[in-house]
Amino acid sequence: MLTCRQMTELVTDYLEGRLSWKDRFRFQLHLGTCRHCREYVREMKVAVRTLGRLPPVEIPPATMDALMERFRSW
Amino acid sequence: MRFLRRATSARDQGTAAQQRAASHQDRALVVRLLARDEAAFVSLVRTEHESLVRLALVFVRNRATAEEVAQDTWSGVLAGLAGFEGRSSLRAWIFQICSNHAMRRSAREARSTPFSALGGPDEPAVDAGRFEADGHWAHPPHAWRADTPEQILERAEAVACIGRVLDELPPAQRAVVLLRDVEGLDAAEACGVLQVSEANQRVLLHRGRSKIRRALEKLLGDE
Repeated sequence: MLTCRQMTELVTDYLEGRLSWKDRFRFQLHLGTCRHCREYVREMKVAVRTLGRLPPVEIPPATMDALMERFRSW
Repeated sequence: MRFLRRATSARDQGTAAQQRAASHQDRALVVRLLARDEAAFVSLVRTEHESLVRLALVFVRNRATAEEVAQDTWSGVLAGLAGFEGRSSLRAWIFQICSNHAMRRSAREARSTPFSALGGPDEPAVDAGRFEADGHWAHPPHAWRADTPEQILERAEAVACIGRVLDELPPAQRAVVLLRDVEGLDAAEACGVLQVSEANQRVLLHRGRSKIRRALEKLLGDE
């Protein structure tokens, strides 16, 4: 049986689909019995999804102007 | 704090069919750019420029140099666009050009620290003090006050926190988290851009993500 501490080190391999079928089974078995690790994995997924939705940053107008100049002279 | 987001990550896209659709989008965008469509270029620059600066900062000394690298990247993109073959996503191709420029620039500046040396120390994902001696939780994670990306991003302090932690990550971790999670490149694309093995990429991703989660837990956890 995996420990919770081991789970926290395997979570990325799990989410990346890089665990062997045997380790994946052990991971899922632990998740089925440990609500704290379920919460941990859920939080990790939320953190990753949040990173993918960060708000856009405005590019400085002077930089945009310089790039447009490059584009127009391309 | 400066970073960009992707509207959807590669992971969110998920299925092969959706990835093919993304590839069609890339090709459509390339056609528009080759037709000198300014709106297409503006849109692409708006979504990618700051991420290029961030990626360049992994390799070069300061923001001014990183900005030059990013601008040179756009020149490289325009120069090579007609030859874009779509073997990777357009974004991965652009980031590849950026990392090539940045690596050459860092070599010229004699700051050619190997990427492998930029990974930071080997740290546990969770502080050892939160576990019992038998490896089970002593201080387990609790639900956050905001627990969806939308709820989290409504909080300016959370957005600032993520930006700060991203900036403070060791450079190699920052590069991998930026490419994989912020930009949505897949593992193979990120490995190609950074010239690292898949296993090394995964270790860096794990460490970087763990720190982001830890910072959000500190900010949003109920304890």
